[in-house]
Amino acid sequence: MNELISIIMSKLNYWIYIVLMMIGLYAMIAKKNLVKKIIGMNILQTAVILFFISLGAKNKATIPIIIHGHAAESHAIQATDYINPLPHVLMLTAIVVAVATLGVALALVIKVFQQYQTLEEDEILAQLKDE
Amino acid sequence: MKTLAIFIVLLFGGLLIYCTLDFPSWGDPQAPASMHVSPRYIERTMEETSVPNIVTAVLADYRGYDTMFETIVIFSAGVACLFLLRIFKRIEPETQLYRHIPTGITLRIAKGAEPPRESREFERIDLMWVPYDLIIKTSARLIVPFSQIFALYVIAHGHHSPGGGFQGGVILGASIILFAISHNLRSSFTRISEKFAVLLCGLGVFIYAGTGALSIFLGSNYLDYGALSKIFGVDPVTARSHGILMVEIGVGICVMAVMVHLYYNLASAGRHDEGL
Amino acid sequence: MIWQIELVVLLIVIICGIGAITVKDLLGAAILFGAYSFMMCLLWAIMGAVDVAFTEASVGAGISTVLFVATVFRTSRRTKD
Repeated sequence: MNELISIIMSKLNYWIYIVLMMIGLYAMIAKKNLVKKIIGMNILQTAVILFFISLGAKNKATIPIIIHGHAAESHAIQATDYINPLPHVLMLTAIVVAVATLGVALALVIKVFQQYQTLEEDEILAQLKDE
Repeated sequence: MKTLAIFIVLLFGGLLIYCTLDFPSWGDPQAPASMHVSPRYIERTMEETSVPNIVTAVLADYRGYDTMFETIVIFSAGVACLFLLRIFKRIEPETQLYRHIPTGITLRIAKGAEPPRESREFERIDLMWVPYDLIIKTSARLIVPFSQIFALYVIAHGHHSPGGGFQGGVILGASIILFAISHNLRSSFTRISEKFAVLLCGLGVFIYAGTGALSIFLGSNYLDYGALSKIFGVDPVTARSHGILMVEIGVGICVMAVMVHLYYNLASAGRHDEGL
Repeated sequence: MIWQIELVVLLIVIICGIGAITVKDLLGAAILFGAYSFMMCLLWAIMGAVDVAFTEASVGAGISTVLFVATVFRTSRRTKD
């Protein structure tokens, strides 16, 4: 029983990230509104980013900025004292690229609206069938 | 469709949850992800680049190529938005609205009539009429300069504290967007015009790539900032931190211009006349 | 890291995410998505990823929300689901 609780405690965070990812994926598949689809895409992106960041987390470690700055030469720098900075770097750029793709996606949405006067996927498909 | 979606999502989530059983526990210092590359970054960053913030050092120096092409992705997003949305043909509206500033009276000018010249007395306003709000405009005027100073601080102080080119550029862009929202799109065009914004997008990427090319001309590899010591007159380790600052400035300019440009295009649907 | 705070923030994140995709008004969805981004930024600050939290606070909660609101202003607020 205690073993089960310790497994749950150590994995609970991952499970919640997966739930977030499922919310985003569901919105991308099932929602018919284009802006809702884009919101779902962003939720999916942030869930993946959250998962990456949590891979770098370390217990009993501090943020990845060297303590004492330039006087640090006299102190030994231990890798276990600092959180893994590599996922932070990768995901920092991923967030900024996410907003760039968001801009292009919203530009496409505006173009679709100018063409069909609606954002609902089924109404757009019905108009396409009529032509 | 909905049941199918729920089925797919549950299947996917179940598979992933099954996979997490093989994962290391949350926050384990001995996790494989923390064992291989990152200890070297943490232990050697200070002596190799003299930048205390490891994230900034890895972002702009160790993984400089990655960040450069990331900047190019942002630049191309701005250009793609321009090509998708921009309509260069100017469509004159049926009526124009002008506000007489001293009295606050709104004038409606029909098509063909002579509009008053834009001056201290008359100000053109959007067709979607919003009442003149002194409180919003004054408080925005107070906030904008401070947020711009803060953005410059974030770019310049990214070596020692959280921050850097991406964050500072976004804050700088957000201050201009705040000005555009609180006044109107037309008055923000007088500050940063469309041409200037697109020019700044290119300038940011040019500064980044130019810093890399400069180190080639000084006899080193592309984006190897140690060679810049001949220009700055310092030792190669300090020259690396100066080189990081140069590329951060480039990233900041590019990100700021792209954010402003995206807002201009999206808020006016590419017509650049009236906005949010 | 205090796991109680983290759990509470994670629950708020999930509630904001579900709210953003179920609310029947696109402007409300955009604002809920901004709240979601802020909570996400708090989560990253708790995990010690300060640079990422800073980026998300300025990009996700600031610029993304403005872009969504601008798009909704140029298109329509109506949504069927």
